[in-house]
This record gives sequence, structure tokens and C-alpha cells, in this order.
Amino acid sequence: MSALFAADVNVAQNVGFYIIAAVMLYGAVRIVSTRNVVHAALWLVLVLGGVAAQYVLAAAEFVAVSQVMVYIGAVMVLFLFGIMLTRATIGSEDGLNNRGWGLGIPVALLLAGTMIWVIVDEYGSSVIESPDGPMPTTALSDVFLREGLVPFLALSFVLLAAAIGAIVLARKD
Amino acid sequence: MYAVNFLILGALLFALGVFGVIARRNAVMVLMSIELILNAVNVNLIAFALMNDSAEGHVFALYVIAVAAAEVGVGLAMVLMIYRNRRSIALDELSALKG
Repeated sequence: MSALFAADVNVAQNVGFYIIAAVMLYGAVRIVSTRNVVHAALWLVLVLGGVAAQYVLAAAEFVAVSQVMVYIGAVMVLFLFGIMLTRATIGSEDGLNNRGWGLGIPVALLLAGTMIWVIVDEYGSSVIESPDGPMPTTALSDVFLREGLVPFLALSFVLLAAAIGAIVLARKD
Repeated sequence: MYAVNFLILGALLFALGVFGVIARRNAVMVLMSIELILNAVNVNLIAFALMNDSAEGHVFALYVIAVAAAEVGVGLAMVLMIYRNRRSIALDELSALKG
């Protein structure tokens, strides 16, 4: 805890980070453990909003606004419509988990343990300097329209193909 | 701000998402867990962009957001089609390709 007050570490930023991170992790645990699909979707809103808040803390304001618009605005509506169209029962239900769901616990623990070990080993003592301000959107557009132009155009086609594919898959004929 | 903060948060979100993909039987819940995984990756990308003070990480995170939106659209369309044909979206019943 004393490391929290080390030099060149912004205390308020750290405290905000820990509060938001705790809420996000609780929400993520509820997503993978709840017995109600609609509740899982609403916990997912909490986690995605927490991710957007972390982006603001990390000086990535354009990405944070995109996260709110795309995920909370569009993807969650898609999820709620998907739940509504595929399921008639309201409330909690059984059979949301596989029979061998317990196998996921050691896999997840092993994965998290390995990654945290590697991260602490490599970045355990490094401190990020406080940025001067949010990343200007002009810097993002410079990357988008210069070296990132080809993937940007490819992504437009991916979105077009996804829209057409979704219509073709989902329509009744 | 410590670098490990964001990276450990990303690792934990990723592990929880992997657990959801393994444990869940409902296809919509599996898609939600995949969203968790993609967001964990985005948190990492933003953290590294902050560390190196570069805009490339932000741009890559925006690419990931766009691909995730496309993935959810196509995925839910497939789930709807499976539900219409089989009246169920339990993934362990979709074993027609099992040898």
C-alpha cells in the first residue's frame, strides 16, 4: 500500500482505477456465473462502461466515446434483441452451463496465473508517466489516413460484408 | 499510474472471458464472454499506447471495436438461424460434425 504513494504516481488516478477495476471484475464474475441471461447482459453493460472509464483514465478519450457508442449503444441492443428472439422463459433458468463447466476453473486460473506472473516479472516496477492531456483526435486521424489507411478500407468492407451476411443469415425465406 | 494495473486488469478479464467460453452452454452467453475477451485485449492496447505515448494503440483498439461489432452482428444472426431450425441454442447439441 505504501507503493501507492510513491513519487510520480498520481494517487487520485490510482484510487479511481482500483474502484472502477473492482466494479468491473465483480461484474465480469457475475456475467460468467449468473443464471439469468438478461442479468448477464446488464452486467456486461457495467463492465463495458467500466472499460470506457478506464480509457478516460488512460487519456484515450476518443476510444472511450467510441466504446460507449458502439458497445453500450449498439452491441448491447443487439444482445438484448438476440436474447428476446431466442428465449421465451423470463427469469432464471437451469442448463446455462455445460456438463463439464468445472474444467474451465483450472484453465482460467492457470491462464490468469501465467499472464500475471509474466506481467509482474516484466513490468512490475515500471511507472507510466502522467500524460500531458488526452490523445488528440488529430493524431488518431493522422494514423488512420496514413499508415492505417489500407486496414481502414479493409475494415469498411468487413463491416459491409458483416451487414449483408447478417441480413442473409437472419431473414426468413 | 503503474503499468501493471492495466495489464493485470486485462489478464483477469481475459481469464474470466475464457472461463465463460468454456463453461457456458447458451450461445448468447458465449458471445458475451467473447466480448469480455475482446475488451481485455483493448485495455491492454490502450495501456501500451499510454506507455509509449503513441496513437497506434488507439487506432488498433478502434479496429478491434469495429471487428467486434461485425462479429456480434454475424454471430447473433447465426444464433437466430440455429434457434429457428432447432428450437434450441445449446451448443453441446450442435454435434453434427462430430465424427
